[in-house]
Amino acid sequence: MNIVVPIKIVPDLVEELAIDASGAALDNSWLRLIINEFDDHAMEQAILLKEQAGGQVTVIALSAEGVDDILFTAAAKGIDRLIKLETEEAAALNNHALARALAEVIADLKPDLILTGVQAHNDLDGSVGPLLAELLGMPYVGYIAGVKVSGDGALARKEYPGGLVAELLVQLPAVLGIQAAEKPPRYVAVSKVRQAMQTAKIDARPCPTLDPAGGLAPLRLYQPEPAERATMLEGDVEAVSAKIVELLKNAGVM
Amino acid sequence: MSQDIFVVVEHLRGEVAEITYVMLGMGRTLAEGTGGKVVAVLLGQNATGLASDLSADQALYVEHPSLAEFTPDAYSAALAAVIADAKPRAVLLGSTSIGSDVASVLSARLKLPMISSCRTAGRDGTLQCQICGGKIMAEARLPDSTALVTVIPGGHPADAGRSTQPAAVTAFAPPELSQLRVSLKQYIEPEAGDVDIAKEPVLVSIGRGIQTGDNVELAEELAKALGGVVCGSRPVVDQGWLPASRLVGKSGKRVKPKLYLAVGVSGAPEHMEAVTDSQLILAINTDAAAPIFGLAKYGTTLDLFDLVPALTSAIQQAKAA
Repeated sequence: MNIVVPIKIVPDLVEELAIDASGAALDNSWLRLIINEFDDHAMEQAILLKEQAGGQVTVIALSAEGVDDILFTAAAKGIDRLIKLETEEAAALNNHALARALAEVIADLKPDLILTGVQAHNDLDGSVGPLLAELLGMPYVGYIAGVKVSGDGALARKEYPGGLVAELLVQLPAVLGIQAAEKPPRYVAVSKVRQAMQTAKIDARPCPTLDPAGGLAPLRLYQPEPAERATMLEGDVEAVSAKIVELLKNAGVM
Repeated sequence: MSQDIFVVVEHLRGEVAEITYVMLGMGRTLAEGTGGKVVAVLLGQNATGLASDLSADQALYVEHPSLAEFTPDAYSAALAAVIADAKPRAVLLGSTSIGSDVASVLSARLKLPMISSCRTAGRDGTLQCQICGGKIMAEARLPDSTALVTVIPGGHPADAGRSTQPAAVTAFAPPELSQLRVSLKQYIEPEAGDVDIAKEPVLVSIGRGIQTGDNVELAEELAKALGGVVCGSRPVVDQGWLPASRLVGKSGKRVKPKLYLAVGVSGAPEHMEAVTDSQLILAINTDAAAPIFGLAKYGTTLDLFDLVPALTSAIQQAKAA
């Protein structure tokens, strides 16, 4: 089984976000970048499938601050092949452009299965998985939590609201949008990542042309001002605890 | 091209999803600006009954055995035919397990521009979209050509999309639906047996801020003191710290407790849309910019690891007194 996992590098939402001078994009220069958490699950699911049925897993990312560390961490977890597409244009990137570039590279890899995160928090023009699937002429199913492969098909468990699951049979090759891996993404010790830095090789190559057509460009970005904000309870731990107890009594909860 | 706004009706196992009515409300606002009609697009088999409470000027119905249950392959093919034929000004789809599976595929197949996670639309065609876990809004404008828009709840009330006067249903002949690559094997029901968080009056909800599975006990203690139960957001369930039956959010349960005490929950849109019916929301989060404070009535930025044990004993003492 030849599995490819394209990953997207996104701003860490724990940090304060900033909007750039154009007013229509995030200012990536000040942001800490991390792997899209759903892509981390896609990578884990790929490794689980490899452990069960053998095969090779390739991870592909565009160049970005810190991406080498993310790729070496992937290698330490069990990813066989690391590809980095080098570009200076990542800031102006949308998913249509990203999917086109990925499709060009992935077509040559002839994968049986492509697993990628069902979404990323900064998706504004669809998500990479279904765009990629259509460009490669493959079927797509998203919101997947659990995959089994047999013969030329994948049995995928698709999540619906309320905990309902649909089991779908998907012809391979296919793209699946992963919501959650069957197990939480594995932890890997720093020493193993350091080891991977010595032994694993990143296949760096120029990124194909980035064409953003199809993504509707935003006129502006802004930070929302909620109509009402919570009344903040001030004071130390004891004072706030006492205030909460009062609130709960008044609300008839206690 | 027409100025009509098409709304793709989402339904699963004989029930129309709430997001459909939200989209019909949004579609009405947009149509008032474009001067076109609101057209509900319903795909299914023996499903015309589902159009009976849709607030639309017209319902287009595509009937085919392969559309009896949702699969992205058949839906994409049928919708591509409808859109190519009618060339509406916009097509609204849910930012959901159904809509998101087909919207991007249609964008790539039909080479149509698309925008995601639209929360509010104006008569002037402006679209306010929510990204980055609710921390950033993006404003866009409906282009002059056909556009695809995925929609999240929160901006337009679902009631605006309901009507007691059913729209006229027009049949649309389905395209050839052979060579489908995705098929439904079975539905798997959620596991029963655990408490039903949708019915619990007191919920202590934990998010990523709880940090480890061992720390869940802190929330359990607090819930026990309050006579409530613990639930959580997606990351907590994905880590296996809580069972799936305790998941609150888009892919989990909608809850409506008297008290929703959010502990280390940032308040991503997928989570927030499921807690809006709570009577009292109280949030504990060290990030003062966390979106949860936009929904909570009361909040504190104290560290949960300091506050939760102290609050638990304060509640125990108050109850003992």
